[in-house]
Amino acid sequence: MTVINTIRNSARLTLRNIWLRNNNNISRGSSATTNFTRTFSLGLALRQQQDVVNVTFVRASGEKIKTSGKVGDSLLDVVVNNNVDLDGFGACEGTLTCSTCHLIFKTSDYEKLPDKPGDEELDMLDLAYDLTDTSRLGCQINLTKDMDGLEVHVPATINDARAA
Amino acid sequence: MNYTRNLRYCRRQFINVYNNSFSTSVIKSQSVQQVAQPKRICIVGAGPAGFYAAQYLLKQLSDCSVDIVEKLPVPFGLVRFGVAPDHPEVKNVINTFTKTAENPRLRFFGNVTLGTYVTLQELRERYHAVLLTYGADQDRELELHNEQQAHVISARKFVAWYNGLPGAEQLQPDLSGRDVTIVGQGNVAVDVARMLLSPIDNLKVTDTTEYALEALANSKVERVHLVGRRGPLQAAFTIKELREMLKLPQVETRWRAEDFTGVDAQLDKLQRPRKRLTELMLKSLGEQSSRQSGDVSKQFLPIFLRAPKAIVEREMEFAITELQENSAVATSATEKLPADLILRSIGYKSSCADAGINFDARRGQVCNEQGRVLQDKETKQTAPGLYVAGWLGTGPTGVILTTMNGAFAVAKTICNDIAANAFDTTSLKPGFDPSNKPIVTWEGWQRIDKHETEAGKAKGKPREKIVSIPEMLRIAGV
Repeated sequence: MTVINTIRNSARLTLRNIWLRNNNNISRGSSATTNFTRTFSLGLALRQQQDVVNVTFVRASGEKIKTSGKVGDSLLDVVVNNNVDLDGFGACEGTLTCSTCHLIFKTSDYEKLPDKPGDEELDMLDLAYDLTDTSRLGCQINLTKDMDGLEVHVPATINDARAA
Repeated sequence: MNYTRNLRYCRRQFINVYNNSFSTSVIKSQSVQQVAQPKRICIVGAGPAGFYAAQYLLKQLSDCSVDIVEKLPVPFGLVRFGVAPDHPEVKNVINTFTKTAENPRLRFFGNVTLGTYVTLQELRERYHAVLLTYGADQDRELELHNEQQAHVISARKFVAWYNGLPGAEQLQPDLSGRDVTIVGQGNVAVDVARMLLSPIDNLKVTDTTEYALEALANSKVERVHLVGRRGPLQAAFTIKELREMLKLPQVETRWRAEDFTGVDAQLDKLQRPRKRLTELMLKSLGEQSSRQSGDVSKQFLPIFLRAPKAIVEREMEFAITELQENSAVATSATEKLPADLILRSIGYKSSCADAGINFDARRGQVCNEQGRVLQDKETKQTAPGLYVAGWLGTGPTGVILTTMNGAFAVAKTICNDIAANAFDTTSLKPGFDPSNKPIVTWEGWQRIDKHETEAGKAKGKPREKIVSIPEMLRIAGV
């Protein structure tokens, strides 16, 4: 009996994990949904293409991770939706209570960002490692069409030391 | 029974192979070796350090299996029992930890205490590597006469009380007096002050335990003194916590202007974080004379340059200090502050859970070098396959980010040591044998979790924590 239960439980666990994995992809991957609908109308497709914003994350090791999001996504969304391999990124899930989504911008890009950081964001940035004058929290930066081609640096962490 | 266990083991291997088959053939060929011998790693303590280390190990070592043993029936350590109930966002890390726990190569064994239930020796025999992450469950004392009196309690216990740590419900802090004096100015001290001063309606929607809510609703506390030995430029709290205090409804923050003598002139020399914190204090100080005290009913009173000297009836005596090269030196002058309740918040320390651990009792942490546990203090020889991460190894400082980076670093050291064959990973290790033991599995925790969230929903709270261990075990089905 125990043996049967074990098999049954293991099957259930595996199925649930697969289901969760797939389900996660659907709910998170807004870009995946875009692909489904693209064929419906040319106008819609064009508009959606225009919505795509290309972003490159640069690790301290120099390694570049090219990815994309759509207008309105935060840089944290881009990392999550594309499973960008940055351990521990966005620990508080964008609620301004940690600084794990710290990113460093080029001065020219930093100055063009539409919103200045608020007190709460600066408070959290004050706890970040390798804080610079052009640091922001990824969860607070929402993509605009102007940001297409943006390059942001991920500050040196243990992850980068590993990748190097 | 043995047969079942073997089957379970086979299933785990099957799932590994199954998962890996999605990836490249290189990984697939690795998984053939892995069927022969997984690298078994045991993590002691299911707090942030343990979970972040597990996350890293599972990702980097495709041929490892990780078991987390935890003293309590429930996981998450200080995320559950330390983080303030009115900071639910900070607890979002639980979602990541849960994802880690659901990895088929990870097993959770709650209700397993190192040192009594299982010894370090046994774990080291049953695993290739053991990582200690059981945190800091003791606190530093003031070492003053009368410190054992009932009205002197540690902030750590007070936090455990409102957060429902099993055993802490007995604390019954006396909140019938007007003045509370907190010794220490770290974020734990500020959390405690905020819990004492917050309007009760703000707390009713949090997972503060029912008995604590009831006691806080009947509290007569009106003034909380937050006393530090050094000056405003050395304040230990962070700016987020201060800003929260300044915004607390019906609470006025009052500074002592004399504490800030000469602080203005230092501003330009400060690094940005310290500068912004100091500017916020100065701004609040500047506004306090003109502030309307209309609907203010309570006061938050940060006091600098005072070192604890004596505990007397309903009062606490402090030596007035002077700063000499950043340290506080007591002068002969003293000041007494009213203190119906004294909360000591001058730091945590760890305890030595097992006689086999090389433990520095004075510093309250495990002797280690970059996470490798030292065999003895003199030779600096490390114990092969034995590691420490989190507050147990570093001392009780920093936010979750600090612990995360530290845990990743130690996990990386383990990976490097395995790659360098620094300890044996080839012999067959059986892992912990949970059969016929009152352990809580991850499924057991999920039952407790469901029970707690449902009980909370009825009261408009995110969860109603179960505080009794026997009840936790009953719900977990142990």
